Amino acid sequence: MDPECSQLLPALCSVLADPRQPVADDTCLEKLLDWFKTITEAGSSLLLLQENPCLLGLLCHVLKPQDLSPRVLAFSLRLAGMLAAQEDCFQYLQGELLPRLFGEAGPLGGAAWTAPSVRSGWIQGLRSLARHPSALCFLADCGAVDTIFSLQGDSSLFVASAAGQLLVHILGLSLQGAAEGHPGLQTGDWPVCAQKIVSHIEESLRSAATPQITQALNVLTTTFGHCHNPWTQVLWVRLSPLVACLLEKDPVPAAHSLVDLLLSVARSSVLSSSSCGLWETLAQTLSHLSPTQAGPLALGILKLQECPQALRAQAFAVLLQPLTCVLEATAQAPGLLDSLDGTGGASVTVDTLLPSKAACVGLLCRTLAHLELLQPLPQRPSPWPQAPLLGATVTILRLCSGLATPTSDAGGHLCAFLVGCVRVQRAALDFLGTLSQGTGPRELVTRVFAVLLEYLTSPDSSPTVLKKAFQATFRWLQSSPETPGCSDLDPHAQLFLRELLPVLPKRLCSPCWEVRDSGLEFLTQMIGHWGGQAGFRRALLASEVPELTEQLLRDPESYVRASAVAAMGQLSSQGLRVTPASPEHPGGRQKSLLAELLRILSTDSEGFPRRAVMHVFTQWLRDGHADVAGDTERFVARVLQVASQDLDWEVRAQGLELALVFLEQTLGRPSSHCPYAVTPPVAAPPSPLAQALRPLCRVQLFEFAFRALFDCDRPVAQKSCDLLLFLRAQTASYSGPQGSGSVPEVASVEAALQRWQAGDQGQPLGYLEPEVVVAVLRSMDLEGLRGVLAESSDRVEKSPQSLLQDMLATVGALGEDEADCY
Amino acid sequence: MLDCGLDMTSTLNFLPLPLVQSPRLSNLPGWSLKDGNAFLDKELKECSGHVFVDSVPEFCLPETELIDLSTVDVILISNYHCMMALPYITEHTGFTGTVYATEPTVQIGRLLMEELVNFIERVPKAQSASLWKNKDIQRLLPSPLKDAVEVSTWRRCYTMQEVNSALSKIQLVGYSQKIELFGAVQVTPLSSGYALGSSNWIIQSHYEKVSYVSGSSLLTTHPQPMDQASLKNSDVLVLTGLTQIPTANPDGMVGEFCSNLALTVRNGGNVLVPCYPSGVIYDLLECLYQYIDSAGLSNIPFYFISPVANSSLEFSQIFAEWLCHNKQTKVYLPEPPFPHAELIQTNKLKHYPSLHGDFSSDFRQPCVVFTGHPSLRFGDVVHFMELWGKSSLNTVIFTEPDFSYLEALAPYQPLAMKCIYCPIDTRLNFIQVSKLLKEVQPLHVVCPEQYTQPPPAQSHRMDLMIDCQPPAMSYRRAEVLALPFKRRYEKIEIMPELADSLVPMEIKPGISLATVSAVLHTKDNKHVLQPPPRPTQPTGGKKRKRASDDIPDCKVLKPLLSGSIPVEQFVQALEKHGFSDIKVEDTAKGHIVLLQEAETLIQIEEDSTHIICDNDEMLRVRLRDLVLKFLQKF
Repeated sequence: MDPECSQLLPALCSVLADPRQPVADDTCLEKLLDWFKTITEAGSSLLLLQENPCLLGLLCHVLKPQDLSPRVLAFSLRLAGMLAAQEDCFQYLQGELLPRLFGEAGPLGGAAWTAPSVRSGWIQGLRSLARHPSALCFLADCGAVDTIFSLQGDSSLFVASAAGQLLVHILGLSLQGAAEGHPGLQTGDWPVCAQKIVSHIEESLRSAATPQITQALNVLTTTFGHCHNPWTQVLWVRLSPLVACLLEKDPVPAAHSLVDLLLSVARSSVLSSSSCGLWETLAQTLSHLSPTQAGPLALGILKLQECPQALRAQAFAVLLQPLTCVLEATAQAPGLLDSLDGTGGASVTVDTLLPSKAACVGLLCRTLAHLELLQPLPQRPSPWPQAPLLGATVTILRLCSGLATPTSDAGGHLCAFLVGCVRVQRAALDFLGTLSQGTGPRELVTRVFAVLLEYLTSPDSSPTVLKKAFQATFRWLQSSPETPGCSDLDPHAQLFLRELLPVLPKRLCSPCWEVRDSGLEFLTQMIGHWGGQAGFRRALLASEVPELTEQLLRDPESYVRASAVAAMGQLSSQGLRVTPASPEHPGGRQKSLLAELLRILSTDSEGFPRRAVMHVFTQWLRDGHADVAGDTERFVARVLQVASQDLDWEVRAQGLELALVFLEQTLGRPSSHCPYAVTPPVAAPPSPLAQALRPLCRVQLFEFAFRALFDCDRPVAQKSCDLLLFLRAQTASYSGPQGSGSVPEVASVEAALQRWQAGDQGQPLGYLEPEVVVAVLRSMDLEGLRGVLAESSDRVEKSPQSLLQDMLATVGALGEDEADCY
Repeated sequence: MLDCGLDMTSTLNFLPLPLVQSPRLSNLPGWSLKDGNAFLDKELKECSGHVFVDSVPEFCLPETELIDLSTVDVILISNYHCMMALPYITEHTGFTGTVYATEPTVQIGRLLMEELVNFIERVPKAQSASLWKNKDIQRLLPSPLKDAVEVSTWRRCYTMQEVNSALSKIQLVGYSQKIELFGAVQVTPLSSGYALGSSNWIIQSHYEKVSYVSGSSLLTTHPQPMDQASLKNSDVLVLTGLTQIPTANPDGMVGEFCSNLALTVRNGGNVLVPCYPSGVIYDLLECLYQYIDSAGLSNIPFYFISPVANSSLEFSQIFAEWLCHNKQTKVYLPEPPFPHAELIQTNKLKHYPSLHGDFSSDFRQPCVVFTGHPSLRFGDVVHFMELWGKSSLNTVIFTEPDFSYLEALAPYQPLAMKCIYCPIDTRLNFIQVSKLLKEVQPLHVVCPEQYTQPPPAQSHRMDLMIDCQPPAMSYRRAEVLALPFKRRYEKIEIMPELADSLVPMEIKPGISLATVSAVLHTKDNKHVLQPPPRPTQPTGGKKRKRASDDIPDCKVLKPLLSGSIPVEQFVQALEKHGFSDIKVEDTAKGHIVLLQEAETLIQIEEDSTHIICDNDEMLRVRLRDLVLKFLQKF
């Protein structure tokens, strides 16, 4: 601890110990604890106590009966636990202080115990303290374990959860020495503390009260999740019959916690590899739980790396049940999924599985989400029933939109439940998109495109559903096979596209901005992917889409303008912008897009469109877009000029990105992987470099970069610093005038830069000669600046000294009014 | 009578009434029977395979045969669309009752009627076809003429004079105002959220409550929101006026409307919106107000053509108290509640009484025209259909759900212009009804039969029907339904001086009784207990006898008894009074105490006690007095 802090600490301790003083807020106390944690982790806690007796004073003081704030009491408990984590310090404190803090004589019996923060502090203190065998004896002596048992049912969820975790920690600690050396040791031979906890868990599992069972299951879940020592197997062997007994109850109590436990056990390498009846229990659980409860368990089982095939089949059948129901209820290919039904039992009907609207919607959404998670995994069931899944998903989507015409009563009920249900539509479209990764029979793929088109066309599709429909459509188009011999879309996809493109203009004209935005995003993706393909180009140019997109550059909604900018950038890059046929204005309107984007960059009141413009310009420069290639210097100069005045730091940062692209194009790409890495000077002839730098000077790139270097937003300054370092490395071989003082112009630039750094950026630098730039770059301490910028801006405020001062200043203990204000 | 709407779908069987001579319509071939008989060719014309009556359009009136409308005392109007048949009823049926409606309903209803009369009267048609209505001839006609019902009752449009006379019989009411009807029931209009001044009605007595829910909306549009809370505790809820297009979500339709409008105009085409002069048009104009800038349509003119366009736009701005909260608050700023004021001010929206006059000089294309009538059979819309129908650049967008757009378009075939069907019906859909019924929980729901089963074309859509418990009672045309409640109680008022004289006696904690001797006075279904007349004092003089003296003197009443007789104590009391050989038997209703020696029987039941003894009055009185000791008297 530095001397300044040591000096401030006694005052702080006396402030904390004084019940009349207003106590600093929780955040300050948390920061203080963080600081103590750093100190105790780095050095001796005992030494810390000895050097700062005020800490011991504080801990002793809080024990006196007084009206102390609960948060200070909680803080003290946590601090004591943190200090006692080291065994020597524990011994030092054990005599009187620790039993009084954590024993029954402490806050445990007092009025302060009613505050959840104190109970939480007590648990956390013990959690820190329990690091060594001596601590275990202490816990046993002071009767803490029984208190922890009771805190498992605490009214505060935080306290209850921490109590459970503390039990797990104590169990692990008590078995650390004892059972590790003797893997075969039975629970009867375990240390007393461990036995006590195990008995408590057993008792809870036998209880008729669901909360107690939940607590026991949660403790076990954490245990098996965190600890993979051999003793966990002994524990499971002992407790698994009790867990299995839970399955005999109807309904199964604490089903969610039970599922968590079983999955935790199944994931444990120690347990899953042994033959301790785990798989049988899992199979039994799958068949006992309700479909809603069994879903997460089935997913968990299917995600396991190692698992018996029969169990996987059973789990998959459970997961697929709702979709099987849908297919059967709508009389579509009944029995398609039968082969997967490992249970071989009676098929579940809609009435039992999907009895009400809420149950139906909830279960279908969960099932679709589970399958979506499962689909990309390598361990997903094989063979993957792609076709039935596609069929079921399409059917669900058709039921949701009222398109399906079920003939059975069950189908009618399903239809009534699902019509217009946005939640199911979203889940089904997400899953449908995921299914695009696989193939399907042609007839089904046609149905997929038909239902997607239906959703994209329907006026009833909500904006979020429409967005998902666009995303799924793009994924399906992406996955559709390309025509052999050419890279164009396959004829079916092209046919679909021909039907889709007339829909898009309507979406781009929607009064709902989210719809316009999704439409534009979809368009941008499509052009990015198929912009070069003849079929797509023809269809797009024949539609009104390009013209409408251009009009949306003036949309009242900034997000739409930003998306329109991106889309127009793509359209223009791919030469898909509608140009007038008039020979008098060759490229006239092309130019006007550049002007329009520049207008947005300089006048748009919102940041998103301006950022989008900068991205488009950077891309254009990178790709050598025709508008840019004509007069690149003029383009870069104008963009940098506008960007430098932008109030949005991301626009300025993007300006630096554009400057870097220009720099690379002018000087050549950096050789290292990192574009900003300082590379050793490359031997280059002096005069070509000066020539190469001249365009950079002409576009006033340096003025832009220097301004950015002193930018009030750190990311901009950092980016600029990296760019200038790269540039300096590139110019290291330059043999122009050496030393910054040799040219008077250099001095004037340096003086101007100093003024800029001081905050006065009024005066421009004007045109700079390459020699001056190189000299200035050499004279600047860019590495130093980079170091400063790398530090967080609140490094001063975050120092412990500042923290202590702040806390003292809050109560006026510093005797002055200059509190840090931020 | 609840509402009196006019079925205008009958007009779809008629040829449109063009504002200017239409060579196409006037040159349509006459229709002849299969055997070539052409005696109907003056009355019926054929257009693209459909047959139309070439005559002044006629309307189908409300049912008049089931009930003598002259006996109707009161008509309650829900909204301006549901009063269009009023002149037929008030002027031609002997109706002498009162009509109740809110002020906006009457004012806008007047505008709708005025527009209708104007549309029809300004293009007088000499010909009136009646031959085809002959039943023998009608069955020879092709559908839909063949299937048209009650054609003999179809009538021409009323006149303005009849409209004014009908409207003069309306009594204006405000929301939540209680109107006493003959002392029998109280009726109260409640906001229904569908249109300006639209109402649901509560009809209640002191002990029964019937709610009449007509066109109602839970969507946030311009009118005051629907008052649901007041519908609670109804014995019967009569439900009607649900959305006609349950599968079309109004939000989606508005989106469709805007997109199609923008696309047409951008391509240089014109948009025609056949509509009523009030209602959804206000919401459409508001949507367009927000939309036109984003869609780059700021320079496109919007025309609203109706004989009542000006009145409609201005009326909407002055009914502040009938508007939704947001619009009401604007009035205090002060700003016009509807943004169409700004559209008019900035010349983006122009309105004209007809396409003659100023409109023809201001008219510029491409443009958007809102005009009536949505049936496309009369009004300025007929002219625009003829004018723009030939170009595929133009679009007609149907927003009113009252007419089948395909039938409306039938006499304009072949048609090149695009047709978009975006019915915007903000009335309750079945999901909203289910929620409403769950919230309001009426004991019984009564509704048209059509609401209790899915639409015939979508029989699998179980969601498109009313789902409530107990199942709704349905009715069909001309069916008489007895509402499922009986009037069991009446409320009786008691005069203060009579109440003063009562001496209640507590017979149980919290329950006191008092005997009342009074005269029950009943008038106009009100019952009042008045103090009884004082007994006549023997005057001895020669005063004239007054009418009240005729009332017979009230007898001195015996006290009323209450309480129960504890059998064991009663037996003990009997023994104490010298009775012996007492036997008690339990019966289903109570006990029988048998005094064997005295050959007497005392039957003690919950609400009666009988002493049966043979002609021994003394004994009976003794026993009675013993019984009375256990009872309270008052």
